[in-house]
Formats: sequence, structure tokens, C-alpha cells
Amino acid sequence: MYDSGKIITGLIIFVGLFTAPVWYNLIEGKAAMNKPSLSLPNNENQNECVAGTETMIADHMIILNTWRNDVVRNGKRNYYNQNHKIFEMSLTKTCFNCHTNKSHFCDQCHNYAGVNPYCFGCHNVPQNLENK
Amino acid sequence: MNKGRRKFIKLAGLAAFGIATEQIVSSKAQSKATEIISNRGRQTKKSLNSASAAKVRLAMVVDLRKCVSQNGCTKCIDSCNKEHNVPDFGETKDEVKWIWKEPYEGAFMDQENLYMKDQLKDKMVPVFCNNCDNPPCVEVCPTQATYKRDDGIVMMDWHRCIGCRYCMAACPYGSRSFNWRDPRQFIKEVNPNFPTRTKGVVEKCEFCAERIDNGLPPACVEACSAKALVFGNINDPDSEVRKLLKDNFSVRRKPGLGTGPEIYYLV
Repeated sequence: MYDSGKIITGLIIFVGLFTAPVWYNLIEGKAAMNKPSLSLPNNENQNECVAGTETMIADHMIILNTWRNDVVRNGKRNYYNQNHKIFEMSLTKTCFNCHTNKSHFCDQCHNYAGVNPYCFGCHNVPQNLENK
Repeated sequence: MNKGRRKFIKLAGLAAFGIATEQIVSSKAQSKATEIISNRGRQTKKSLNSASAAKVRLAMVVDLRKCVSQNGCTKCIDSCNKEHNVPDFGETKDEVKWIWKEPYEGAFMDQENLYMKDQLKDKMVPVFCNNCDNPPCVEVCPTQATYKRDDGIVMMDWHRCIGCRYCMAACPYGSRSFNWRDPRQFIKEVNPNFPTRTKGVVEKCEFCAERIDNGLPPACVEACSAKALVFGNINDPDSEVRKLLKDNFSVRRKPGLGTGPEIYYLV
């Protein structure tokens, strides 16, 4: 092989640069990206969610989408959860009633997963009402 | 017969076959398309019939003899704007309006008279979305973002609106407004219980569907201190709206267009 010295050195430099993030994380000793930490509500008068935690983590977007269709298209505004408890189908009035802080709850996972739902472009969030 | 001619005839035959198959296939596709379109037409017709025969058909009566909007009263407009987070851009070009005032001659163009009753001459008429029986905006909406509810309210689903503004072109009353800018900064006091809109959607009066679903009258009806606005089920012969219409002469805006406006004005 001609110029083996140059090629091998080049390869070593390339692999080193390419895997730099891994080395950086190993040396720094922590993941550069923080796992989401949710602040859960401690609300005395409302301690029941519309569904269980696992369901909410996996399917909250499906539930909200169903709500949206029920309210806007079908004029149905009440939701009964599995314990037959009644909830108004409303993101602002029901969800944000307990999960009062969007940046400490919704945004945590949304930012981590890199999703940008446009719900909050129209639906009021407690924070942006306070800022007004 | 030389080789060239043979080849030409073969190719011509193949081409003829190709054209024939293409036409058969496309005509089949076309018949399918017309079927879909005619089905859609049948559906709209059916929904129209069922709506007029429905138990509840919400309508409003505006008693212009009681309305004092020409004296500067804007109670209905203010309460509506507050209730629905209607932005105020501070100019008329981008204005978003759910209820607004129109001079009598502008609101009822087809009733133009050279000489008019004195009271009507300088009259300002509060105008709304007419929540038509046969709404042209619903016909043209490509995403079915606007549609007619069973109780007759012409609703907007802002989730689905793509901002094409066909409905604005179709509406003969100018009842629809487009958000050219993000309206959030232009709302003085946000009502937390009603969503704001976003840039690029159309909005209009919806007879306060969210209040009606909760058993409340529309905000404008509640706010009117002159009691000029009456709201109710026009299919119920004993309702207040029907009684008013029975005892008084009423007009509607541009009824000749066949849209079936459901706001009646007593003059």
C-alpha cells in the first residue's frame, strides 16, 4: 500500500472526530441530554386523572384528539373515565387545572422527544395568561 | 414487403392497442369519480333536508325597533369580543369581526328605496353570521373545517382550517374574517375559557355554540340591555322567536340568494 502512513493517520483522526461525542460524554461522566423530570400536581381537591399514568404517557395525544372531535364535531362536552367520574373535555379547563405548569410538565417530554405540538398556539396555558 | 414497413405496421398496431386500453381504463376511473361526486351531492342534499326537519333549529330575532346601536351602543359587540378573544388589530384592513354594525341600507341592499322611513335612514344594524340553512361556506370548504351542526349552527373547526379563504369568498354577508397575523398579542384581556386563534385561520360568529351546549344563551343576547336580541328554537311553534315572527313584519339579509339566513330583523 502506498502512503499507508498518511492514510492510517487520517483514518485514526477521522474515527476520533466522528466518535468525539461519545468520548465527551464518557469523560464528562453524564449524559449531555437530561432525562425529563416532571413536576406532578399535588392538588387536594382533584387527585384523579382522566386515565392511568401509563395510558396518559402513551395515549394522551389520542385522548386529546378524541376530545377535540367530540367537543367540536359532536357537541359532546363531558368525559367519563373508567371510574365513571365526570370530566369536562377541555385542555385548558381540565388538564391545566391540575398540571398548572406547562414548562415543568408538558414541555419536559415534548422537548426531550423533539416534538412540537401546536395545541398551545390557540389553547390557553396558565403561564401565557399570567404574562398578559 | 421490406423490413421497415413490417416494423412500422407492428408498432402502429401496438400503439392503437395502447390507446384503446388507456381510454377504457380512464373512462372507468371517470365513472367512479362522477359516482363519488354525485354521492357527495346526495349527502349534502340529505343533510339539508334533515336539518330543516330537525327538532331544533336555532335562530335569532333582532328587534331593530328596540336596538339602540345608532346611539353608539356596542354592548353585544363588546361582550362577544370579550367572550371569544376576538383580537383588535386597530385597523380595518385586517379587522376580525364576529358582530359588527352596518348602516340599514348596507345591511339590506335589496330593500333599497328612494324614500325611507325616517327611523331607518340613519339606523345602524347589528349584523352577525346568519348561520344559514343552506350555507355556501360549508359547500366550498375543502377540508370540512366549517360544517353545519344538527341544531343548525354553522360551526368552525379551527383544527381543520387550512386558511384557504374559500368560505370568505363564498359568504355573501362578509361574516368571515381571516387572521393575517398572530392574534394573541392583540387581545386586550384573554378569556381563559375560550381558545384564541392562530395566524392563518378563518373565524366567525358561531351563535355561541360553547355556551348553548352548557345551557346558556349567546353572550350578545345576555348583554343586550334593550332586549332587542331574542334567541331560540324556530322549529318550536311556541318559542319566543316564533311568536315574535308571527306578530311582526320581519326581513332577512339577502334572502334571494337562497342561503336561508336564520337571523330575522323586525323593522
